[in-house]
Amino acid sequence: MGVSDRFREWPVYRQLKGEDRLGRGSAAKSRHTERLRPRTDTADHVTQSICPYCAVGCGQQVYVKDDKVVQIEGDPASPVSRGRLCPKGSATLQLTTGPARRHQVLHRAPHGSDWEPLDLETAMDMVADRVIATRRDTWEWERDGVRTARTMGIASLGGATLDNEENYLIKKLLTGLGVVQVENQARVCHSSTVAGLGTSFGRGGATTFMQDLQHSDCIVIQGSNYAEAHPVGFQWVMEAKARGAYIIHVDPRYTRTSALADLHVPIRAGSDIAFLGGIINHVLTEEKDFREYVLHYTNAATLVSEDFRDTEDLDGVFSGLDEEKGHYDPHSWQYEGVQVQQPTGEADEQYEDRVHAAGGAEAHGSGGARTAPRAPADPTLRHPRCVYQVLKRHFARYTPELVEDVCGVPRDTFLRVCAALTANSGRERTSSFAYAVGWTQHSVGSQYIRAASILQLLLGNIGRPGGGIQALRGHASIQGSSDIPTLFNLLPGYLPMPHAHKHLDLDTFVGTTRTEKGFWASMRAYFVSLLKAYYGDAATEDNDFCFDHLPRLTGSHSTYETVMAQLDGTCKGYFLMGENPAVGSANTRLQRLGMAGLDWLVVRDFSLIESATWWQDGPEIESGELRTEDIGTEVFFFPAAAHTEKSGSFTNTNRWVQWHHAAVEPEGDARSDLWFTYHLGRRIKEKLAGSTDPMDRAILDLSWEYPVDGPLAEPVADAVLAEINGHGPDGRPLTAYTELKDDGSTRCGCWIYCGVYADGVNQAARKKPGSQQDWVAAEWAWAWPANRRILYNRASAAPDGTPWSERKAYLWWDADAGRWDGHDVPDFIPDRAPDFVPDDNATGPQALRGDDPFIMQADGKGWLYAPAGLEDGPMPTHYEPQDSPFTNALYPATPRSPTRQVLSREGNRYHPSGDEPGAGVYPYIVTTHRLTEHFTAGGMSRWSPYLSELQPEFFCEVSPQLAAERGLEPDGWATIVTARNAIEARVLVTERIRPLTVQGRTVHQIGLPFHWGPNGVSTGDAANELVAIVLDPNAHIQEDKALTADIRPGRRPRGPDLPRLVAEYRRRAGITDTTGTETRA
Amino acid sequence: MSAGSEERVGFFTDTSVCIGCKACEVACKEWNAIPEDGLSLSGMSYDNTQALGASTWRHVAFIEQPRPEGRTELPLTEPASANGPRHGDGGPAGDMRWLMSSDVCKHCTHAACLDVCPTGSLFRTEFGTVVVQEDICNGCGYCVPACPYGVIEQRPDDGRAFKCTLCYDRLGAGQEPACAKACPTESIRFGPLDELRERAALRVDQLHKEGVTEARLYGHDPDNGVGGDGAFFLLLDRPEVYGLPPDPVVTTRDLPTMWKHAGAAALSLLGGLALSFALPGRGRR
Repeated sequence: MGVSDRFREWPVYRQLKGEDRLGRGSAAKSRHTERLRPRTDTADHVTQSICPYCAVGCGQQVYVKDDKVVQIEGDPASPVSRGRLCPKGSATLQLTTGPARRHQVLHRAPHGSDWEPLDLETAMDMVADRVIATRRDTWEWERDGVRTARTMGIASLGGATLDNEENYLIKKLLTGLGVVQVENQARVCHSSTVAGLGTSFGRGGATTFMQDLQHSDCIVIQGSNYAEAHPVGFQWVMEAKARGAYIIHVDPRYTRTSALADLHVPIRAGSDIAFLGGIINHVLTEEKDFREYVLHYTNAATLVSEDFRDTEDLDGVFSGLDEEKGHYDPHSWQYEGVQVQQPTGEADEQYEDRVHAAGGAEAHGSGGARTAPRAPADPTLRHPRCVYQVLKRHFARYTPELVEDVCGVPRDTFLRVCAALTANSGRERTSSFAYAVGWTQHSVGSQYIRAASILQLLLGNIGRPGGGIQALRGHASIQGSSDIPTLFNLLPGYLPMPHAHKHLDLDTFVGTTRTEKGFWASMRAYFVSLLKAYYGDAATEDNDFCFDHLPRLTGSHSTYETVMAQLDGTCKGYFLMGENPAVGSANTRLQRLGMAGLDWLVVRDFSLIESATWWQDGPEIESGELRTEDIGTEVFFFPAAAHTEKSGSFTNTNRWVQWHHAAVEPEGDARSDLWFTYHLGRRIKEKLAGSTDPMDRAILDLSWEYPVDGPLAEPVADAVLAEINGHGPDGRPLTAYTELKDDGSTRCGCWIYCGVYADGVNQAARKKPGSQQDWVAAEWAWAWPANRRILYNRASAAPDGTPWSERKAYLWWDADAGRWDGHDVPDFIPDRAPDFVPDDNATGPQALRGDDPFIMQADGKGWLYAPAGLEDGPMPTHYEPQDSPFTNALYPATPRSPTRQVLSREGNRYHPSGDEPGAGVYPYIVTTHRLTEHFTAGGMSRWSPYLSELQPEFFCEVSPQLAAERGLEPDGWATIVTARNAIEARVLVTERIRPLTVQGRTVHQIGLPFHWGPNGVSTGDAANELVAIVLDPNAHIQEDKALTADIRPGRRPRGPDLPRLVAEYRRRAGITDTTGTETRA
Repeated sequence: MSAGSEERVGFFTDTSVCIGCKACEVACKEWNAIPEDGLSLSGMSYDNTQALGASTWRHVAFIEQPRPEGRTELPLTEPASANGPRHGDGGPAGDMRWLMSSDVCKHCTHAACLDVCPTGSLFRTEFGTVVVQEDICNGCGYCVPACPYGVIEQRPDDGRAFKCTLCYDRLGAGQEPACAKACPTESIRFGPLDELRERAALRVDQLHKEGVTEARLYGHDPDNGVGGDGAFFLLLDRPEVYGLPPDPVVTTRDLPTMWKHAGAAALSLLGGLALSFALPGRGRR
């Protein structure tokens, strides 16, 4: 540049000659400042993606420059998030491009002391060989005389952080290989939601969408810390609040959600059924139910069998309990006069036992439980055996006094909640519930959800704008990993996995699952279409469409049973795909000991999570319980591709299937799980090609042809989604599941997702900005089923088809057009008149009346009383948690749920509870919780410096009173002890957690965030060390939201002193192998 | 970058809707590539960030207020709706409060840091914001004690001073600052300053009508000691409760007077000196 230019650029010159005489503005600007441009402007391109953290599914904009991601921020086009992101979503750039990510495959030889790098192709071959060998060694043709055709030697865990397409291929491949132990985070998180909502309404997902909360007049957040766990979704609660809604937060702790609520109700962890039952009783006693809604849309009038006995009659149990086996025979719960078809004419006790053990309730994720389409009823609601009266009697003792006694909630506060809900329900006003794992993670979790479902049906809030039940799920695609399940007991679309049975052919199997009325009657079409998607041309009418290729269940094969099988030595190989059970599952010590018994372990993740390194530096190495050189487990670590490096779909907590586009290729050896699963399957099939061993028939018949693309031979995710959507006989994509046939002419990977690829267009990738649409935003993404956003929306109109009120109009009957009209796709037959009455012999959708909003239910109604579907009762009952300081005030003879699944073994002992001797050794209640700044088991947050510095250490929250009682130093250390393990935490003394008065005495509660483990930037002990494995019988979900423990000042012991301390506590408490395992007191 | 001045922009941070999520802290660090600056549990509620500084340009404060004595009493009011009283109505469920607030550089109208900067590193942008030019800053540190809020700071391993730029680079391209974009509840609002001031006034009125009489604006007043802040707040208690100075004054405010007095003193001294030579004194021949 010339001298005169330089002179003119001189700040002094600019100051003298320009407008900025003082030299404090433009004259002082340097050349660098002048040339500043934001990298959002200079990027080569920007890709629309979806956040990989929680299940809100915020839109993300991914900016790429020179094939590198340079910025990730919110997508303003998203109607869900409106461009906003929480701290985790905001940290996605560091997550995906930061130094914590691994890019090389690592291998640990059996008994090895360290990792060795391994070539990717070699590693894939080795894993394929391990799978084939282990499968061969552990193959089982039959068990107890019935055909199973499976291997119990291999298991897989993980899927909620993966794409739907990845979960689809994982389940398809493993099922083809005869592996039944396929599980993911959905098991430990919201499996009880599927059971609870599914049996109540016919579908097991959230009934509404978060943006609709803006129309609520009252929102109850309970069993959820909405503002901390779903911050961007919480904006919709704030919108409601800005419009005058009343926000109630019921929680043992006062959290960031409580800070924005109008009313915080401190409650004893584990007593929510008593609380909700109290509200139900209030509504029934005060006759505040929305009578017209209840009469027409629920089973309130239906008569129950005269053989039915309530818990009030039998001191805390329902009729039909086999106390020794710990399960119910539910025949007496059925509607009057109903006999439900069994698989065979004869009773098969072993089969029954196995079915009870497995629990079938999640198979009602889209298709209700079986009962008669029409049973005797009393529309006056006065018959003593009508559901309304049965319900009333069941909840009669759930008085405000009982609620105060059991929950520790003063009756005035309780009545204020009742008043708010009843005042805000009815024709003109609606209330909604938002809940999460504070409700689901209990040994009676499914019944918690049932209680809220009953209440919302009584108040007439289901299917209405501003109403409904918002189940807040936790991972980016955990709804998807339930819908297209990497779960042991389900096939895509909540079709059940078949049980081993002598005489179970396809037709018998269908006969025991389908219902007569509504869309679940066509179950055979959905199932056959799935078998065609799985086995392609090999599946024909003659071989029952390869129905016998499916491996059979013989009970529960949940992740917790798998851990037991690992400890017992029968499960040899394990895949972990984006899940970290050494921190995130109950009883983390047993999780690690289980893995120590494996022959081989494959871990796929971003960083070396605790579940990958336990053999080298885990807590058992520290305590001396295990020695690295003694551990024979061969371990493979495969670096995983991030969501920015692959295309695919996530299904958010509102059933919205949202596509994320790949922005860049993964680096190094990082690959997507789609790549891994596809190429693993390809290799296995190649290695087994030509085999005549009948064991290999199923995997060779499995259709496994997918197009690949790009330098890494990445499978085309669109093609997988198209298979999920389904094709007709002419190969064209299907538009709706009503097009599915049961003659083998259609193929469909997941019937409830049929329509996601309608017209050959990826509907999930639609990105019409929310600002250009109404709040329903029907042209953004695609929701199952059939792009319906509020389910059961027929109920937003009165029986005559007019809206209940103008203010709450959502769907209405347009008599002139002869169709339903409104703001959403009707969750109903589009041209079924409101006054339609079917013929007596009509079946399927033809049998649906004009006032049957619950079209997946056997009788078309919402179930206040569940005559079938759940293992632990037709109605929720208050029971104490497994470990509890209290007796059951309602039924002292039945302290805990009689059908809960107990798995007492060394390392998983239970505490004495209530009045039992030794209960005082663990006198405090512990509840686990989340923090905004971290994410689940920490794999995606504890390696991030930006998130770690926000919450750098594991801490416990205690009240000043508890701190004084136990001598805990604020900001010091405390040790928390249960029969399972002991951990240490920093002490945060706060008044946000208060002692409560329960059953006449003071009880203290301790809050423990569960995010920590020993690896990463931010390290600490894992709260789940303390938690026992005791499970809800319907969903096999653990109870980590209410347990007991002792707390003492100071750090925990190291080395062998640690297990010694834990053992000493067990001795003092007198714990044996039967402690806490009784069915009755 | 246009040479002419744009409309003055700033932040209005409405702490009454803040959920304490710290998305603002992270979005800022990601955008500006600011290093992590401290992995220790502070014990100050959920605030482990502790203060604004060279490597923290957004800081969320948390103040737990368990008892009414700890804060100004709320008068009981008529229920705003059929639902019942709001916002701390007494009784065991109502006497707890948790204040959360995202603090940031105030981009003062009279910015002392700008006044004292000897190198011209700190300058007033066309948006009315105050920005440090990292290629000019020589690390003298004069700006650090000048700020009445204690915002600007030097990085220990670097020496230069750093603070919030109100995302100057993004503004130039018509984009909003990273923190405002991320904020899930729009507690942080970005826009033309006079529009924000109007919105804030309406919001305070609305809160007062709802019975939240403690709601007040902080830093909005152009007549305050710094001439009004470019980033101002709605608080639910006195500023000291949030760790903010109650009556901040631009530290260079008295400089003109000081110079005048110093000048007067100097003249007097010179005058006196001259006089002492001019007047005949004893002992002189």
